[in-house]
Amino acid sequence: MPAFKRVPAGRPMSGRLRKAPENFLSRDEIGEVAAGRRSFLRSAFAAAAGLAAAGAARAQAGPGEDIILKPQPWATSLGQPVASNPYGQPSKYEKNLMRRESPGLTRVSAASVAFSPLQGMFGIITASGLHFERHHQGWQDVDPAKHRLMVNGMVKQEMVYTMDDLMRLPSVSRIHFIECGANTGMEWGNVAVPTVQYTHGMLSCAEFTGVRLIDVLDALGYDRKKGRYVLAEGGDGSGMTRTIPMELIESGEVLLAYGMNGEMLRPENGYPLRLVVPGVQGVSWVKWLRRIEVGDMPYATKDETVHYVDMMPDGMLRQYTSIQECKSVITTPSGGQTLLDKGFYNISGLAWSGRGKVKRVDVSSDGGRSWRTARLETPVLSKALTRFNIDWVWDGAPVVLQSRAMDETGYVQPKINQLRAVRGSRSIYHNNAIQSWKVAALNDGGEVGNVQAY
Amino acid sequence: MSRLTDMLALCGACAAFACAPAQAAGAAKAQASVVARESPTEGRWQGIGRPATAAEVQAWDIDVRPDFKGLPKGAGSVARGQEIWESKCASCHGVFGESTQVFTSIIGGTTPEDIKRGRVASLTKSSEVRTTIMKVSQLSTLWDYINRAMPWNAPRSLSTEEVYAVTGYILNLADVVPADFTLSDANIGEVQKKLPNRNGVTLDHGMWQVSGKADVRNTACMKDCPTEAKVASSLPVSARPAHGNLADQNRTIGPVRGAVTLAQATQAAPAAAPAAAGMADLANKGACLSCHQIERKVVGPAFQEIAAKYKGDAKASATLAAKIKSGGQGVWGAVPMPPAPNLNDEEIGKLARWILDGAPR
Repeated sequence: MPAFKRVPAGRPMSGRLRKAPENFLSRDEIGEVAAGRRSFLRSAFAAAAGLAAAGAARAQAGPGEDIILKPQPWATSLGQPVASNPYGQPSKYEKNLMRRESPGLTRVSAASVAFSPLQGMFGIITASGLHFERHHQGWQDVDPAKHRLMVNGMVKQEMVYTMDDLMRLPSVSRIHFIECGANTGMEWGNVAVPTVQYTHGMLSCAEFTGVRLIDVLDALGYDRKKGRYVLAEGGDGSGMTRTIPMELIESGEVLLAYGMNGEMLRPENGYPLRLVVPGVQGVSWVKWLRRIEVGDMPYATKDETVHYVDMMPDGMLRQYTSIQECKSVITTPSGGQTLLDKGFYNISGLAWSGRGKVKRVDVSSDGGRSWRTARLETPVLSKALTRFNIDWVWDGAPVVLQSRAMDETGYVQPKINQLRAVRGSRSIYHNNAIQSWKVAALNDGGEVGNVQAY
Repeated sequence: MSRLTDMLALCGACAAFACAPAQAAGAAKAQASVVARESPTEGRWQGIGRPATAAEVQAWDIDVRPDFKGLPKGAGSVARGQEIWESKCASCHGVFGESTQVFTSIIGGTTPEDIKRGRVASLTKSSEVRTTIMKVSQLSTLWDYINRAMPWNAPRSLSTEEVYAVTGYILNLADVVPADFTLSDANIGEVQKKLPNRNGVTLDHGMWQVSGKADVRNTACMKDCPTEAKVASSLPVSARPAHGNLADQNRTIGPVRGAVTLAQATQAAPAAAPAAAGMADLANKGACLSCHQIERKVVGPAFQEIAAKYKGDAKASATLAAKIKSGGQGVWGAVPMPPAPNLNDEEIGKLARWILDGAPR
């Protein structure tokens, strides 16, 4: 349908709906179709009949879209053979959707972040090549035959495992979201970035396969009474270290994962082994995992003391803030996008909670005055992204769109002013505020802007 | 012990086989079955994993906890620390740890009063840069991190003495210890008691334990909900093009299009010639793009700045290739460029010529 939409007067053409040179019906022809198909069809049939009589049945005549009336190259030639791309790649027409850095956010790309293009993603699974990246000292492609996992500390026997060992053990596969604790961190004060890729793109969701860490610790015999903390350590240059409370591991949810979306982890995501800590911020999902130590106190590592501490208004730093509270965002339409015309749209977005399942998502198209409950698409899984959709008819007037998620604990996603009232605006971390997108009037271009409204 | 040594030797053999081509895999498997590994576990998974040796645990168990468990014995003087700092750390962090050029400053923002109180007053000021010394509450954190991850391009290259020395020098820059101080495992506990922000952290929040309670709550109001009915903040017009042309960051089909935020739309830019595209990949492979961009200075000069500087210099190609290969410092500033070991000579030569051509896309 959009192909037949009229371009409103005064709107710039570039980058938006464009009348392709030979592929569309003319304005008059569209009018003819819209006015009632009879005369249009009649003339087309008459022309066809005349041609058939003339013995030229395949020749085209009368109005119609050239894409339909004229044979296209892909329909009239031999296609590519199998395995011409032994490892499949997206269509060349999909190059716009890629991981991107936010200019000026960091000064060194090896200690930086590349955001996932949430604005163009569907469902709940992040394609492995679009999974967000955050490295503290660059990424490595570790030889899996030379990778080892050591388990030490308060265990009866300190052990070393190869990947052969770990992949022999009973495995589980689970779908979970991973979100950086600093996701949306640029927006604690004011709006800073234009699109959902940069506001929320330190977020991904994948099916992870691996061994439950509790099974390994059980098999080794760990000190259940005193060994209440685990240090996870990476094998890269940053030697990333984070403390995981044993309570989380004992829930059975924490995995020593080697698989992601049916294949091995990508190097950027910790190949060949990473920790999966569902519900907890991404920094704890230690990549290139080389060591697990059971201990009796938290470790106050660099990323638990200098970074990933949430600053309160009185300057106090909240340490070990880990759990990602319930959050949601509309991905379509979202910042930096332009609506093609008024009429029907499917508002679509993502909701998630580090404390369990998403119970409900409400959507407002009047800046939070009134709300309608969206459809949650299945599956709705604990500590996984959940896709929501809701019908919406745009009348072309300016509106502010918002989504608000609620999780199974009854927690309702807060507004930014509610967050600021408690935590100030300098925390950087754990901004799970309701996101507002302002759609400009159709006459002003219909562009969606990132705003704060509460 | 000898049995263990044998076992390790066999494991080493297995590892070597595992790296060999596929036809060796069968042999590796046979070899593996020869290694009778008695599981010391609770008997659940026979034959999986092996005991860690004392030397292995010592090699990898390098963490230092807040109670200084794990801290190796040793000492290092502030004076020695300054030497190491100036040769290995200052290029990124500044001579006084004050630089924000590459990373956030380490030093600055603390006062003698903070040291007395154990809370850094400037953390309450919104304008202040938050330096490491303003935030860090545990001395173990500094020691552990320098030991495990510094210097940036050569982690774990410092000796224990050097780590003590550098840690001591940072503390001296922050006026926590005097210039004639020697930090050691014996006195580090006392120095901890002078750390400016030692009392500045709290666990009083609900985001650590699973059972924790949320501190901010909203209600699920559905109708006539209270709002301020205004847009409190929106993206400044000047920031609109800062993330590039958004039209190029959205799909070209579907219900929406990306907004055109840069004057030169995609159509204007000619498609990258395959050769040029390959060069950008090469620059990426050499990890050049961490510090250099084509048009804009980042840590190092823009490729186009380099091209402009050496325009017409016949020897430039060879000079530049040598710099890429071995690293360099001083031509464009104090920040050193590390060598590019991921590139071979042919690739380096191509890269140098491409940069001198102005790095065409």
